[in-house]
Amino acid sequence: MSFDIDVRCRLGDAEIDCRIEPGAGVTVLFGPSGAGKTSVLNMVAGLLRPDAGHIRVGADTLFDAAAGIDLPPEARRAGYVFQESRLFPHLRVRANLLYGLPKRAALDVDGVIGLLGIAPLLDRWPRTLSGGEAKRVAIGRALLRDPAFLLLDEPLASLDRARREEILGLLERLRDGIGLPILLVTHERDEAERLGDRIVAFG
Amino acid sequence: MLSGEEWGIVLLSLKVGGVAVLAVLPLAFALAWLLARVRFPGKLLLDALVHLPLVVPPVVTGWMLLLAFAPAGPIGGLLERWFGVTVLFRWSGAAIAAGVMALPLMVRAIRLSLEAVDQRLEQAARSLGAGPVRTFATITLPLALPGVLAGLVLGFARALGEFGATISFVSNVPGETETLPLAIYSALQVPGGEGQVLRLAGVSIAIAFVALLASELVARRAGRGTHVL
Repeated sequence: MSFDIDVRCRLGDAEIDCRIEPGAGVTVLFGPSGAGKTSVLNMVAGLLRPDAGHIRVGADTLFDAAAGIDLPPEARRAGYVFQESRLFPHLRVRANLLYGLPKRAALDVDGVIGLLGIAPLLDRWPRTLSGGEAKRVAIGRALLRDPAFLLLDEPLASLDRARREEILGLLERLRDGIGLPILLVTHERDEAERLGDRIVAFG
Repeated sequence: MLSGEEWGIVLLSLKVGGVAVLAVLPLAFALAWLLARVRFPGKLLLDALVHLPLVVPPVVTGWMLLLAFAPAGPIGGLLERWFGVTVLFRWSGAAIAAGVMALPLMVRAIRLSLEAVDQRLEQAARSLGAGPVRTFATITLPLALPGVLAGLVLGFARALGEFGATISFVSNVPGETETLPLAIYSALQVPGGEGQVLRLAGVSIAIAFVALLASELVARRAGRGTHVL
């Protein structure tokens, strides 16, 4: 299971051209801010349509311009952790976590909640969470949608040093524990080197 | 307190206003959605058309409704031929006039609330496996709900106060099209009608006040995130 991505997309004046060869584990997309890294994640998630190319994860083709394949976002089984968390403000933490839970999934919900240490937060409203808490809930929500792969957009941005260390440790446990392909975007070199099995320079 | 006749006027007004806004709500929501979310040629034209009843003199709007719904008119002719009914001089006609006048206000309020919904949240819902319908029902609609309620109240208040379009479209028929404003106007023409004017005006203010308070309470509840939709 790994990413096989080759996409081109014109966004206004910018031309995004990204190529990721298949390879196991965590692929880090590393580059300066504003280079279009998030756009690549959006293309993999199905939120942005490439002009050309293909996106495959393992045996699944999510997008192939030549073959006319373009799965809608809800059919791609992406566990997307957005940079700004994007928790639903009108739903409590519990409802946020369970929003994407498939009916017949054999997921260990309590296990995920325990791993992330968010059991005490279940009855809280998203706006009462700190940045680190919101990030952990967002990661939990992505894991509980039973994803085929994870997309992490600057997972450590806007966190203080202690929280960064905490989330970083969590991501390392995820990487070693669940065996899902992970595509991670960052502009911080130490983060890229610590988490990545492979680093793709971008922009 | 109110006489039996005056209660009749109040109930008729509530019926006309209530039916008008509830019947217009789906149309208002669809128009608001088009204007807020969809790009299409002629959007500016549709926008202007929707807002027309807000700027055209109500009497003119009523006259145009009369042309359209008269037995020889394009819509009135169909109603007569297919169902054998007419809305002229009927409470249903008063509701149509009230609905048309309420439409722009409702579209405006709902459109603003739809534009305020963060579409990145809808993207998040999609990537979590929700199709367009579930995303709409569980994310977009609940987040836009305060605006929809505001639109309902604004539209209801406008429908309740409708005078010009109603009187030129369906005339002033006691018991059928004589809503509060028309009754107040009639009472003003009658010597010694001041008592009735006072009572009906008081009821109008009370209804508007209660509607405003109720919507504010519901919107606050929604804003605090304590509703369960």
